[in-house]
Amino acid sequence: MAAFVLPFEKPVVELVTRVRELRALAEQDRQFLPELRRLEEKAGRLAKELFSDLSAWQKVQLSRHPNRPYTLDYIGHLFDEWLELHGDRSFGDDAAIVCGLARYRGRSVVVVGHQKGRGAKDNVKRNFGMPHPEGYRKACRMYELASRFGMPILTFIDTPGAYPGIGAEERGQSEAIGACLAAMARARVPVIATIIGEGGSGGALALGVANRVQVLEYGTYSVISPEGCASILWKDGNKADEAAERLRMTAPDLLRLRVVDRVVEEPAGGAHQDAAAAAKLVDAALHTTLTELLAKSPDQLVDDRYERFRSLGAFVG
Amino acid sequence: MPWPTRKRGGLDAHEKTSLGKGVFRKCDGCGETLTAEALHETFEVCPQCGQHHKLSAARWRDLILDDGKLEVWDAGLEPTDPLSFADGKPYPDRVAASQRSSKAKEAIEIGAGSINGVRVAYGAFLFSFMGGSMGSVVGEKVTRLFERGAAQRLPVVLLQASGGARMQEGILSLMQMAKTVAARERLRDAGVPFVSVLLHPTTGGVAASFAFLGDVNVAEPGALIGFAGPRVIETTIRQKLPEGFQRSEFLLDHGMIDRITSRLEMKQELGLLLGHLVLTTPLRARSSRRLPEVDD
Repeated sequence: MAAFVLPFEKPVVELVTRVRELRALAEQDRQFLPELRRLEEKAGRLAKELFSDLSAWQKVQLSRHPNRPYTLDYIGHLFDEWLELHGDRSFGDDAAIVCGLARYRGRSVVVVGHQKGRGAKDNVKRNFGMPHPEGYRKACRMYELASRFGMPILTFIDTPGAYPGIGAEERGQSEAIGACLAAMARARVPVIATIIGEGGSGGALALGVANRVQVLEYGTYSVISPEGCASILWKDGNKADEAAERLRMTAPDLLRLRVVDRVVEEPAGGAHQDAAAAAKLVDAALHTTLTELLAKSPDQLVDDRYERFRSLGAFVG
Repeated sequence: MPWPTRKRGGLDAHEKTSLGKGVFRKCDGCGETLTAEALHETFEVCPQCGQHHKLSAARWRDLILDDGKLEVWDAGLEPTDPLSFADGKPYPDRVAASQRSSKAKEAIEIGAGSINGVRVAYGAFLFSFMGGSMGSVVGEKVTRLFERGAAQRLPVVLLQASGGARMQEGILSLMQMAKTVAARERLRDAGVPFVSVLLHPTTGGVAASFAFLGDVNVAEPGALIGFAGPRVIETTIRQKLPEGFQRSEFLLDHGMIDRITSRLEMKQELGLLLGHLVLTTPLRARSSRRLPEVDD
């Protein structure tokens, strides 16, 4: 994977790279171990400091970082016996959403996630993680399958949004997303959604009607992209940084608005600096949440999900 | 998901009709000059070409409900400003301006009424209120409409005209999509029908939540209905969209709606539909068959 470095990442990336080099040395020669420990700790502290006052727009850029781990990366780290399942049974198979069965800590689960591509060719295949209706219909089929066979649903959200195109409209993008929301609401199993990157509007929500929603530290979730918002408000897509601030789309904002239940910390410099470490942190959060949800009956799970979303909104009167 | 900005003149049909006699209007379809009075009488449908112009929620009540009577629910709900949002104007100011011009608190009205003698839970979007956009109040009222429909066993008839989720309430607007659909599913579980009526325009977060989840979906002729707005699609694919794209007729062709119904026949058709769905004697549910007992 070609390393891509955002300007504001530079100092952190240099630090993290030095730690990585020293780790390789320490593996061969134990005399570097104390030095490694010292540098690791320092790097962690410095990275935190450097990233402590990132702007909303910088976090948006991190959430879209091309080196960031994607759904299939997390699947590789978190699950055994992964078996991808394809197709919507009506039109085709959409590679922008991956679905399948897997084993998580001994238990069979259904996994549904947006999938972005690595590099140009893969991105064409994955349509940059922007699903068509057939992707959502595949997801919908999985939610129903999971509910039928009592398997928890674990989703991974990472999309700029559902694709706005001619074919998508012809085949009913709206209906496909609406049907996903309905199928998730009805699922008689635990549902946990993890926002690993971009949570782009309705196209993200179609994987997000969960009992618990968790977001990675540099993940985002928004009703509209900052660029789209800026072009509406100021007729200027270049003011996306200002729009990102106003949309309250970063992890701490989402937690405050109760749109997410938990923020999962990322390794120093972000998930893309150490995918395995990021997966470990996601794993810990998933495990705690799933254990808690498994104590509930199917009816309780449906009601719990209903109440969770029922309580969201701000109004008086 | 933006609400479309107002174009041309900026007055909607409701305001125009209040201008009184002797005012002329041009049909958006055939360009014929008509008196505002004549258009008012035909519920804003052009007598020459059948073009459907926007109709206010108050006039929809007159058109659809018996005696035009709606027992209004939750008229007092008002939005707050959870994001402290400003876009040139602070969000509360924008809401206040919309409230003044539309004389309503928000972009939807709900309540109980009757259609040809069948009592229904009825809702209608006010497109003139911030483009009928769905924020917390609209989401809450649609949710209550479905919940009360289920509790009181009233079929739900919902007239939609909306640009989508309301940007000024950000992510909370998006959450209304999940909340309303979950409530719609409770209505389904209760075995109570939902008739979704799609008016011009129905796009974005409203289209991608409950609008297509009707037991029956009916649209007015020529309504723009879709997930993404035409401009967004044109910018994305860098080509002009074909004539009639995302119009009701296009949706009927692609199997997304059950019927296209002229506004002037809407009440009669809704009455027929409800007659079939509600006033019928249901067959005995067949789910009483037991699974065979299994010996341990």
